[in-house]
Amino acid sequence: MDEVILSVKNLVKRFDDNTILNGISFDVRRGEVIVVLGPSGCGKSTLLRCLNALEPIQGGEIFLNGQAVDSAAKDLTGLRQQIGMVFQSYELFPHMSVLNNILIAPVQVQKRQREEVRAEALQLLERVGLREKQNSFPRELSGGQKQRVAIVRALCMHPEVLLLDEITAALDPEMVREVLDVVLNLAREGKTMLIVTHELSFARAIADRVLFIDGGKIVEQGKPADFFDHPQTERAKQFLRTFEYESVK
Amino acid sequence: MPDLGLEVLFKGKNLARLLGGLWTALRISLLSVAISLPLGVLLGVLMTRNNRFVKALLQFYLNFIRIMPQMVLLFIVYFGSTRAFGWDISGEAASVIVFTLWGTAEMSDLVRGALISIPRHQYESAEALGMSKSQTSLYIIIPQAVRRLIPLSINLVTRMIKTTSLILMIGVVEVLKVSQQIIEANRMSSPNAAFGVYLSVFLLYFFACWPISLLAGRLEKKWS
Ligand SMILES: Nc1ncnc2c1ncn2[C@@H]1O[C@H](COP(=O)(O)OP(=O)(O)OP(=O)(O)O)[C@@H](O)[C@H]1O
Ligand SMILES: [Mg+2]
Repeated sequence: MDEVILSVKNLVKRFDDNTILNGISFDVRRGEVIVVLGPSGCGKSTLLRCLNALEPIQGGEIFLNGQAVDSAAKDLTGLRQQIGMVFQSYELFPHMSVLNNILIAPVQVQKRQREEVRAEALQLLERVGLREKQNSFPRELSGGQKQRVAIVRALCMHPEVLLLDEITAALDPEMVREVLDVVLNLAREGKTMLIVTHELSFARAIADRVLFIDGGKIVEQGKPADFFDHPQTERAKQFLRTFEYESVK
Repeated sequence: MPDLGLEVLFKGKNLARLLGGLWTALRISLLSVAISLPLGVLLGVLMTRNNRFVKALLQFYLNFIRIMPQMVLLFIVYFGSTRAFGWDISGEAASVIVFTLWGTAEMSDLVRGALISIPRHQYESAEALGMSKSQTSLYIIIPQAVRRLIPLSINLVTRMIKTTSLILMIGVVEVLKVSQQIIEANRMSSPNAAFGVYLSVFLLYFFACWPISLLAGRLEKKWS
């Protein structure tokens, strides 16, 4: 697992005069699971959005399999097919059944045979325990179910990398588990993923590497055990402390 | 039993004349709708584009049409423009022009509303799946906008049909005008005709608009 799939070099992202990301560099290797941590508003979502060119960047470069990613890339849609993204708010298409939500892009964008994709979609739905929901509409599903469908929708495109942006943040606590289990399974199969999450124990369990971002820079990175047990920087220590509670008695 | 004046309806061709009047009203509304829909869609899409000048112009048009009572518009087009420009248009043509101006303005606002009500995230998740701009419009945005639009535009049609009752003011013989004529003609023989005639007008409007409203309600429920 040493082939670099995604390479970010000196990425700079500004909104007007407000510099959000200020020189971010890292590589993602095939099969690697990277968890991005950082305080609210530090630019984690923005980073993921830059990676599939939903946001234009103001400096630096992003390469996917050697191909430059930016919002003016000539084969932007081709690049995006190789990067799957799952959002916090699911964003299923409300006017389509579960199955059609999953089939629309492989069939219309990748021009694959409908029957072949359908068989694959049903298999994936089975795996996330939602095969019997194939003809339901998004409004008939719970949040956890919607998010599992969104993951299947992204997987069916056979992306090289999967970007997950706080996919459990909008869920009721009892539904978080069912979604995270799906992601854990993907990690076991060797899917390459970049995950933003506030679920620290999940992050620790799944990450091969943690990136801690603050003030527009990667402040610290390393193996989860090192990062969580022996954070090196004051800012990382402070960040981790915000998740702990003192006893009130 | 009180004399409701219903017998006038069955005198001569009165009922057929009333239906003929209703048909005139419906014909004018349907023709106006047929022209307003595509024009309204076009203007509505333009309103969501980022051209300030076009936006301001369309906004002015919409507000102008909304502020003007339809009656005034009818008078301007039928009496005003014929005098000013020396052309000769029928009352029916004038009505179609006014209703089209009005329908286009209202429709464009409905289209604009439907388009901007679709969250930005829907565009993004389509794009993240590798869809091009035109695929995103075709498969994701337009189907959702149309679902929001259909019940609203059906309601616009019923509003239009109702508002056609104004066109008797410029001499178009629609259902209310026919009613007045029938009541006038039978003033001596059946002095209570007004009740019977207007009751049937009420029913005619009701049965023309009710199925349309019902359909709108159905679609709204189905797609909500
Ligand atoms: N479209 C935008 N225009 C202007 N500023 C923006 C825009 N999107 C994000 N920002 C700003 O960029 C900063 C980073 O936002 P981002 O959503 O990436 O943070 P985040 O790390 O994902 O936070 P959270 O953990 O709360 O999700 C914030 O200060 C935000 O206000
Ligand atoms: Mg975020």
